[in-house]
Amino acid sequence: MTKIGLEIHCQLTKLESKLFCSCKANYRENKPNSNVCPICMGLPGTLPRLNKKAVEKATLIAMALNCSTPEKIAFFRKNYFYPDLPKNFQITQLNIYGDTSVGGTGEIMVGDKKIRITRIQLEEDPGRLIYEGSSSKNQITLVDYNRAGTPLVEIVTEPDFENPKQVREFLKILSDLLENLNVSDPSLEGAMRADANVSIEGGNKVEIKNINSFHDLEKAVHFEITRQESLYSRDIPIALETRHWDDQRKITISSRSKEEDLDYRYFLEGDIPWVRIGKDIQEKLKSEMPESIMSKKERYVTKYNIPEQVADVLSSDKYYSDLFDKSNDEQNAKEIANIITTDLMGLVDTREKREQSKLTSSHLRDLADSIQSEKLTRNSAKNALYEIVKSGKDLSEIISQLDLGNVSDENELLQIIQQVLSEEPQAAEEAKSNPQTINFLVGKVMQKTKGKADPKLTLELFKKKLG
Amino acid sequence: MNLKISALEYVEQVKNGNISAEDFVSATIDRIKNVDDKLHAFLQVNSKAVEQAAQVDKKVKSGEKVGSCFGMPISIKDNICIKHSKTTCASKMLENFVAPYDATVISKLKEQDAVFIGKANLDEFAMGLTTEFSAYGPSRNPWNTDYVPGGSSGGSAVSVSAFECVASLGSDTGGSVRNPASFCSTVGYKPTYGLISRYGLISYANSIEQIGPITRTVKDTAFMLNILSGLDSHDNTTIDNENVDYLSGIEAGIEGKKIGIIQEMIGEGIDHTVLSATNDAVSKLEGLGAICEPISIDMVKYSVASYYTITATEAGSNLARYDNLRYGYDFPVEGFEFNSYISKARTKFGPEVIRRMILGGFVPSSGHAGKYFLKSLKVKSKLTREVTEAFKKYDFLVAPTVPILPFKIGEKIDDPVALFQVDINTVMSNLTGVPSISVPYAISNGLPIGIQLLAKQNDDKSLLQAAHALETTVNLPEVPI
Repeated sequence: MTKIGLEIHCQLTKLESKLFCSCKANYRENKPNSNVCPICMGLPGTLPRLNKKAVEKATLIAMALNCSTPEKIAFFRKNYFYPDLPKNFQITQLNIYGDTSVGGTGEIMVGDKKIRITRIQLEEDPGRLIYEGSSSKNQITLVDYNRAGTPLVEIVTEPDFENPKQVREFLKILSDLLENLNVSDPSLEGAMRADANVSIEGGNKVEIKNINSFHDLEKAVHFEITRQESLYSRDIPIALETRHWDDQRKITISSRSKEEDLDYRYFLEGDIPWVRIGKDIQEKLKSEMPESIMSKKERYVTKYNIPEQVADVLSSDKYYSDLFDKSNDEQNAKEIANIITTDLMGLVDTREKREQSKLTSSHLRDLADSIQSEKLTRNSAKNALYEIVKSGKDLSEIISQLDLGNVSDENELLQIIQQVLSEEPQAAEEAKSNPQTINFLVGKVMQKTKGKADPKLTLELFKKKLG
Repeated sequence: MNLKISALEYVEQVKNGNISAEDFVSATIDRIKNVDDKLHAFLQVNSKAVEQAAQVDKKVKSGEKVGSCFGMPISIKDNICIKHSKTTCASKMLENFVAPYDATVISKLKEQDAVFIGKANLDEFAMGLTTEFSAYGPSRNPWNTDYVPGGSSGGSAVSVSAFECVASLGSDTGGSVRNPASFCSTVGYKPTYGLISRYGLISYANSIEQIGPITRTVKDTAFMLNILSGLDSHDNTTIDNENVDYLSGIEAGIEGKKIGIIQEMIGEGIDHTVLSATNDAVSKLEGLGAICEPISIDMVKYSVASYYTITATEAGSNLARYDNLRYGYDFPVEGFEFNSYISKARTKFGPEVIRRMILGGFVPSSGHAGKYFLKSLKVKSKLTREVTEAFKKYDFLVAPTVPILPFKIGEKIDDPVALFQVDINTVMSNLTGVPSISVPYAISNGLPIGIQLLAKQNDDKSLLQAAHALETTVNLPEVPI
């Protein structure tokens, strides 16, 4: 049986500052080595100053993944030399001397499969290495410490996954959960990274490191299973080893370094006293925790009678569920759910588009009301939505600007109907005996009004006229 | 200009206009010029000190609000960061390190208009108890310049003892303030762990060390503690002392107090003159109305081993950052791969640091941690329990600060284990976090002996009262330099 375990590293991108200093947690878009201070550069004499908010956010993640949460947590030093580590040790957490990291064991359902969580720990991200130069002779390594000290949550699972599909489903659930908790933005480059361990029946465990996105994680796992199966089928032993994910070539390669042999000499970080997260604090955190995706979905189905599939889509994406919850007033809930899941999704399917979108919840409310009161056809509403996302103008302004309003004036419609009847004498004649043909004529009216004719009224008028 | 005055006297004199800060600091600089060739207390002298003192005088004259130090010249151990000044830790590794920020204690002293007269010598990275391990040469004991001044804050104690400043800041990881204070006949204080912010103190063994003042009198220590102590958002291990005034009530005396005499600290290996000075001190304490009884603290016999295991482990980690990539000394990286560069760069460490780095790599390593590091942590917690128990019965504990007299430069440098053993009486208060103070008590054959008093955690104020009471019984000769 194939066994896959994951170590997910998730940056708490929604925090203002780093884990131990007041430099920005969002190091992106800064010139190299400009988002640094004596503390995150590990200068002699500096001490870590724990960001309490980071502890709270990490605890929220542990709670949301149904992990145990100890009342007292501690930090440890992981000692190793590496140029991206300013202190040449990393401040992290550990459970070998008792449960002292933010999260202990827990579990989460992925479809019908139960995935056990081993632990959740809070730690500092190292800096970033950039390699320049092509040949080994002129290769240089540049170090950018802007990222050093960014709060990172590590989520470790048991080797409970059996195939890449389960991994993918888990990652989807996890990203949605992190986004919903408002702790992290999984779409930011480098915000989610992972290591994986993979073993197939009869083979040794292989660690894969350096996987820089969730997208590649599934690929890496898939690649590694295929590689191991191919070896196995040819009776070549699968070595117990650490491999690196090459994100250019999308393959795993054996690591020459003996990372597995490193002795990290873990010991308690004396500069950070034990942090108490007592039952009282935990209760408070729980009460402030955003509604879970599961509970949102249930609410949408039972309260608004929204179909399960639509509710699923709405609830799992915080952007959509926030919009939905803000705009609906129960009467228009189904209509708004409909607009979001059929028309809006195509318009704001990326991070950039969402950031640029000018749409507000009141726009959605106006749109739904206009459709319900038959001021707008669904088709016109779709066109209006496109304009709103682009310009952010009021719906009324867009309706008059694009001339989208329904034609529901009887006289005006009668004129158009008369015109259609004279242009289509054969159909007009046929329609008297065959009601199907009336639809054809209504369609013609729609064409002439660019879809704005009130369809009910048009039909009625035709019937009267031909009756 | 009389330089031989206490901090409190200095403040009084400048306040009253009897002397100017400028004159005093200028005379102090002259004194340093005259004696420091022989003593080597300083690694660096502040060339702007006189100018800075003159600024304080201006404030005094204009009636502007003046900080409580009134331009007092203070020396700072060179492992405490002063913004824009070199902080070397007496190591070649940090030969060119200029701190870009002030330690919290430095900010606090600046606010009180102190003048930093210079950076004081120490054993490299505070590892040692003689200053012989300074990469820039040893300091010498002003009572006899053939002898060591103690360490690691040797330069600090020498500068106070030889009137090269009024007070000093040292750091105490296992006795590094109290040991040189005892050897140089000054007061040396190791506060309750967390009482003084460590932000800006270059870590050696961060879980047990504290910055501590070295002064001429116990009252001066209380004065310094009023400035230095208290919560600091830059150091998560600091404690809230509710702004206790350590000076008020310092003359309360020790009538009726119970004092335990630690038997393990006056046993085997103790110098007989140190023992008789201790016995004498005990009878003085009794004369002041205290009740003194012998007490045994069993774990003391393992404390030195535990101390060196724990400190080596923490030092191995704390000093790992010195890879010379971001700061340090001149040594270009071109042509090196990371590991070969750092192993080459780190050869600038001196022999004692390297010895402890090797030890620190070994004792917590997998397969050995159980036998050494974890066992040492057990000794530490057992010792803490014993000390806590002792303080249920006694208000204070007493012992000689160092069981032997100052020894000659070079005498013990080749016998590290013998050197380690000298720490036996001082490491206990670091391992258990309790405050302790060394009070100058006697001179034997021209060499100083200090007596150490300890109190329970956060009882710093009563400890200073007891130390002051003991101090009043003492009348010592003047330093012969």
